[in-house]
Amino acid sequence: MAIEKSYAEINAKIKEGKAVVVTAEELISMVDEKGVKKATEEVDVVTTGTFAPMCSSGVFLNLGHTTPKMKMHQVWLNNVPAYGGIAAVDAYLGATALPDNDPLNNNYPGEFKYGGGHVIEDLVARKPVRFRATGYGTDCYPRREIETNITLDEINEAILFNPRNAYQSYNCGVNLTSRTVYTYLGMLKPNLGNAHYSTSGQLSPLLKDPNFNTIGVGTRIFLGGGTGYVVWNGTQHFPEFLQTDSDGEQKGPAGGTLSVLGDLKQMKPEWLIGTSYLGYGASLSVGIGIPIPMLNEEVCRNAAIKDKDLYAPVIDYGEAYPNAKPGYLKLVSFAELKSGKIIVNGKEVPTAPLSSYPKAKQIAAQLKDWVAKGEFILGEPSQLLPSSDAGLKGKPLKG
Amino acid sequence: MSPKRIVLRFDATIADQPIIYRLVSDFGLVVNIIKANVNPQKEGTMVMEITGEKNKQGLEYLRGQGVQVHTLTENIIRNEEQCTSCGACTAICPSGALYLKRPSMEVHFDSDQCVVCHLCTKICPVRAMEAHF
Ligand code: SF4
Ligand code: SF4
Repeated sequence: MAIEKSYAEINAKIKEGKAVVVTAEELISMVDEKGVKKATEEVDVVTTGTFAPMCSSGVFLNLGHTTPKMKMHQVWLNNVPAYGGIAAVDAYLGATALPDNDPLNNNYPGEFKYGGGHVIEDLVARKPVRFRATGYGTDCYPRREIETNITLDEINEAILFNPRNAYQSYNCGVNLTSRTVYTYLGMLKPNLGNAHYSTSGQLSPLLKDPNFNTIGVGTRIFLGGGTGYVVWNGTQHFPEFLQTDSDGEQKGPAGGTLSVLGDLKQMKPEWLIGTSYLGYGASLSVGIGIPIPMLNEEVCRNAAIKDKDLYAPVIDYGEAYPNAKPGYLKLVSFAELKSGKIIVNGKEVPTAPLSSYPKAKQIAAQLKDWVAKGEFILGEPSQLLPSSDAGLKGKPLKG
Repeated sequence: MSPKRIVLRFDATIADQPIIYRLVSDFGLVVNIIKANVNPQKEGTMVMEITGEKNKQGLEYLRGQGVQVHTLTENIIRNEEQCTSCGACTAICPSGALYLKRPSMEVHFDSDQCVVCHLCTKICPVRAMEAHF
């Protein structure tokens, strides 16, 4: 008989401290050894992890009311502007925001040493942050300016809300032109000098649930060292398989993304790190881990997919990507990418990751520990995210 | 006369030229190459010690050939607490001083291999690579 487990059954075991929890890496060897059926029976939860720059990140802040009260129209934290068009004392600080006086790329390639992501890291590290706001004055909110220091614990609320994180698979960037390009995938040397990729492959959350059989609205996750939630599909959530070959075999899920949310006050600075990309901009590296309940054999089989069966498209960031030319040079597996070299256009190209595999491993291990100890109960999604069947496609912007 | 430590950086057009030979033959310098690296694009970096009366003229000659010459007064160090082991520096580092250990994918730094080219100090997303004088 086919194995079917419910969230309630698995959660009951977690609460008793009896759940069997393994990381996605451990599941791979288990399935190799015992087969899918046995592994599905034995394992209750599989944990995943990823740690990489995720630009679409930010934090909602409720700063508290001043005396007299003020409607904060323009807001800066450590000189980085936040969006104040929400309510009187609320603001949203985006990870890629830059200080008003940043030279940007005028000194090409710009250094972008400090931006919104760095402010978020400083807040989480409990460092005082210089807060400045101006208002235009109203009858109920007469005050017009404030400048003070704030710390994370002194303000009312800080909610990390990232509209697009944890990309399912991501491009492997190369450069076919004869000049160096500076991209969000790092510095790409001319004439196929290097290839950069950015997911943790066989540990990466959305690669391990390619059809969204378990991940949905309400999935409880490891977010920045605290507890967070999947609250919707991410923006630009266009899940599809990279290629269906002549035998009808699907290759490499890609394109899914998550919208995630959590209480910044619970999070830790080692899992939310402000990052700068030379010639590109500032961002935030985010640690995310997702538990996958072993509901049935299909879920287990997917969670045990290996690096050699997961793919990334190789894309030219010198010419094709900036000019929105569709297509890719070839598909490469994460096993090839991790080996240190791939062959592109007949040339051997050294590879390097931008996402930290050691940190992804730590996240999967931490989450495993929480679930095994009964400290982390699975959130049953009230609605699963759209899968490749939904046929979602990105629309270009005309103009 | 005590030796002078210098770092040379040159591009593909110079990689085939006998510049070191000329330092020895034309300027009578004693050259001790400490590290050298020419990557597949033939951009090269070299750290060496030179001794001799005409070292100034020798360095002028190198600059005239389009070689960037820097005195080696700096050390590059890695702030291990800050480094996230992301790996972004490893395919950029021209000397292999920064490299990934497999299969753990941890990033290691071998400062003996470093040719102080400063690339990593600019491209490391968390600025974990620091130049010290
Ligand atoms: S780029 Fe920086 S953080 Fe990443 S591995 Fe290199 S030194 Fe460490
Ligand atoms: S300065 Fe950095 S990039 Fe250059 S050789 Fe040394 S470690 Fe490598």
